[in-house]
Amino acid sequence: MTQKDKQNGPGNEGILNLAPQILELLKGVNQLELENFSMEIGDLDLFIPSGGFSSPAPAPAPARPRPTTLIREPYTPVMTEYPGKIREVTLGATKSGGGSRGSTVTIGGAATPAYADRVRLPPHRPVISLDVFDMPVSLPKVLKENVAEVMGQPAEWAKMNVEKFGADVITIHLMSTDPLLKDATPADAVRTVEEILQAVDVPIIVGGCGDPKKDAAVFTAISEMAAGERLLLNSVTLDMAEQKTLESVAMSAKKNGHVVLAFTGLELNNAKELNRRLYEYLPPDQIVMDLTTVALGYGLEYSFTIHERARYAALMGDTELAHPVISAATNAWAAREAWMKMPPVYGSRELRGPIWETINAITLLLAGIDLFLMMHPAAVLTIRDVISRLENPKAALHEPVADWVGVRL
Amino acid sequence: MSNAASPETTRKKSIQKISPIDVYKLLPKTNCGECGEANCMAFATRLVNGELVMRDCPPLHTPEYKKAHEALSLLMAPPVRAVVIGTGDTAITAGGKYVLWRHEFTYHNPTPIAIDVHDMMSKNELRERVAAIGAFSYNYIGRKLELNAVAIRSVSKDPSTFADTVKTVAGATPLPLILCALDPAVMEAGLLAAPDRRPLIYAAMEESWKAMADLALAHNAPLAVFAPGDLALLRSLVRTLLEYGVSDLVLDPGTCADDGLAETLSNFTKIRSLACRQFDELFAFPLLGVPMTAWTGGEISEDVLKWKEATVASMLMSRYADLLIMHSMDGWVLLPQLIWRFNLYTDPRKPVSVEAGVKSFGRPDKKSPVLITTNYALTYFTVESDIKAANLDCYLIVVDTGGLSVESAVAGRYFTAESIAGALKEYAVENLVDHTTLIIPGLSARLSGETEEASGWKILVGPKDSSGIPQFLRERWHMA
Repeated sequence: MTQKDKQNGPGNEGILNLAPQILELLKGVNQLELENFSMEIGDLDLFIPSGGFSSPAPAPAPARPRPTTLIREPYTPVMTEYPGKIREVTLGATKSGGGSRGSTVTIGGAATPAYADRVRLPPHRPVISLDVFDMPVSLPKVLKENVAEVMGQPAEWAKMNVEKFGADVITIHLMSTDPLLKDATPADAVRTVEEILQAVDVPIIVGGCGDPKKDAAVFTAISEMAAGERLLLNSVTLDMAEQKTLESVAMSAKKNGHVVLAFTGLELNNAKELNRRLYEYLPPDQIVMDLTTVALGYGLEYSFTIHERARYAALMGDTELAHPVISAATNAWAAREAWMKMPPVYGSRELRGPIWETINAITLLLAGIDLFLMMHPAAVLTIRDVISRLENPKAALHEPVADWVGVRL
Repeated sequence: MSNAASPETTRKKSIQKISPIDVYKLLPKTNCGECGEANCMAFATRLVNGELVMRDCPPLHTPEYKKAHEALSLLMAPPVRAVVIGTGDTAITAGGKYVLWRHEFTYHNPTPIAIDVHDMMSKNELRERVAAIGAFSYNYIGRKLELNAVAIRSVSKDPSTFADTVKTVAGATPLPLILCALDPAVMEAGLLAAPDRRPLIYAAMEESWKAMADLALAHNAPLAVFAPGDLALLRSLVRTLLEYGVSDLVLDPGTCADDGLAETLSNFTKIRSLACRQFDELFAFPLLGVPMTAWTGGEISEDVLKWKEATVASMLMSRYADLLIMHSMDGWVLLPQLIWRFNLYTDPRKPVSVEAGVKSFGRPDKKSPVLITTNYALTYFTVESDIKAANLDCYLIVVDTGGLSVESAVAGRYFTAESIAGALKEYAVENLVDHTTLIIPGLSARLSGETEEASGWKILVGPKDSSGIPQFLRERWHMA
């Protein structure tokens, strides 16, 4: 939960406001798009793995008479206690904390699997960061529409994300530093991040280009410039360890009070290995993990299961995995079903795209994600609404189940 | 008595704890080979891994091994029972789950999705909607994803109206039926209108359990138990129905799409945890989720209702629903559910990657195009499915990127100019074709210059998504 939220209390406003806002966002997208495009429907067999074991029925005792009244059975909720707990990590620093942010965000702290028990809520709500790119990028049409006017103007983009879409955090992706793209210098990158820090006062995530040497140079320079701001450096990798650049980034993060995002590709042993390397330089509460988010239809199940495994292992006491986790829900847009025009029966991509990002995020929310990187405003609103419904302790204890059988639709 | 397991059930083992030896002891131990395995121990190992089923051992099903068969059935029975709805080829199985977490083993019996109709619809409306339910499908990496059942609701509360509707629907589709009527008299009329279809009866409640149980027994049909928001009542109903002789049960603890969503998820999770962890016999049944309750919220816009239903459905699927009833027929609502269901029910023990190497499609010759991709299973199957669907003749080089997709492999430097040049050399691709043009994925476009230098091959940058390959080859491939 952000500091701002704490001041206002976890009210129900979000729920009440959701419908008109979603409606606004989805307005005018009811026309189906017809294009000269058809899908081949193969004649292949449906693959359904089957258990194949018939479970024997508990043999009803024929000798006993059938009951005529209800046999009362008690229900005793089982409270599972876990020995482990996820560490809490704070992003951003206010003036008193040595930075210039207007608010900070603390993530983590979970002591049970996500939403397994409605009366035992984690101390902090998951938060949402919205993406900003430092150069014009190609985006699916449905995403581009919302940001076309600020494309190429990272400071304006960041402002819009905070003011219009309510971002808790901003991620600035320094794509232009990629040696295979513009190869912008660390000094260029420092200027961009300075602009973002001035344009908005929420915590900032700094995204590199993925090149282990270049990222190290860029992160180190930014880390110095923004000393005390408690940025999240996205990301550090085992590749950096191999290229001998990990130490410089980690040391710089420690010296200047930043947090690093340890990125590994769907492999828990690697995640633990990278964290062990980082412990040599950094306190554990300056480490967040990215275990990789894959798009729905392109391997979301791998992400889902790796997050469930990591969270369960951490709660069972594996401290090397007891870090908050982030998910780049925007990766959902890699799925063709999110952006492609399809036959009318599959609906317009104006709806399919944002629901894809939404379901990508909501699925991993259940696996324990603490911070989402997102883009589409309708997906952002929905995730925020779902979180407020799942984490509102004042919500009706027993909302009556509606008469869906008899409703006329 | 609390909901702790009885002495009988505490002896039960979870699937991860059953060893091949436990199974071997109960097999004929004749090494007859009728199952296709070398010996009974090999069969036992594959049975424990879920790769074979008891039916694969013919001698076990003879009278001689009756006792062993019973004991093995008990040993291998999943903690969540499997309930069959419908008959014949279209019958669906709900439940049959072995574990709480997917990574502990694998989930079985992908959540069937039923779409509703009701008895105030005209015959034409009914036939149209039922036809649309049967026709909805999506071709996903070579698999046909479909809807599975029709839920018929009694809105009129009138037995003969309901019977007419059930008759119309039953005549219009072979799909399994769920009959939804809370009044036993209405339910009976519906059951009589669909004889021998083995529909799911929805539902037995506190007031109606006895009448509904009689109907379930008389019609040999599975019975849903509805106890909204009251797990003690749910347990009481299950105990009573079991004693009454009805054992094919499906549990509906209530689905709330709004403020009650937290409680809904919490209840589903608690029921499944107790079934899988404590072998609680009163919760050992499939769970029914009803995302269509989102439609009773009275929102101002249909799109908002559909949006809500889509999110609730996917959450319930991830959180143990073994059967879903939905209302929206919109592709954008259903597509993510069908794909997520397929993904969630794949075996997590299977590797993320496919073998590297050169694959040939159709009948490629010396002039055929050469494409390249990574060995991430879903990347490979997506490309493969697009190539096959378009009947292309070509070669596809699969590079070992440690099971990473193209985008991740480029970022993580597993898919590089060097690894591409290395693969061309290792697989002697120059011997397969008499040209030196390689088509690389659009998402690796920035590697083109370096790759030309490293490999000496001419690089063509292909489409970002493999669905564009057929068109790309038509427009850009002029070797033939």
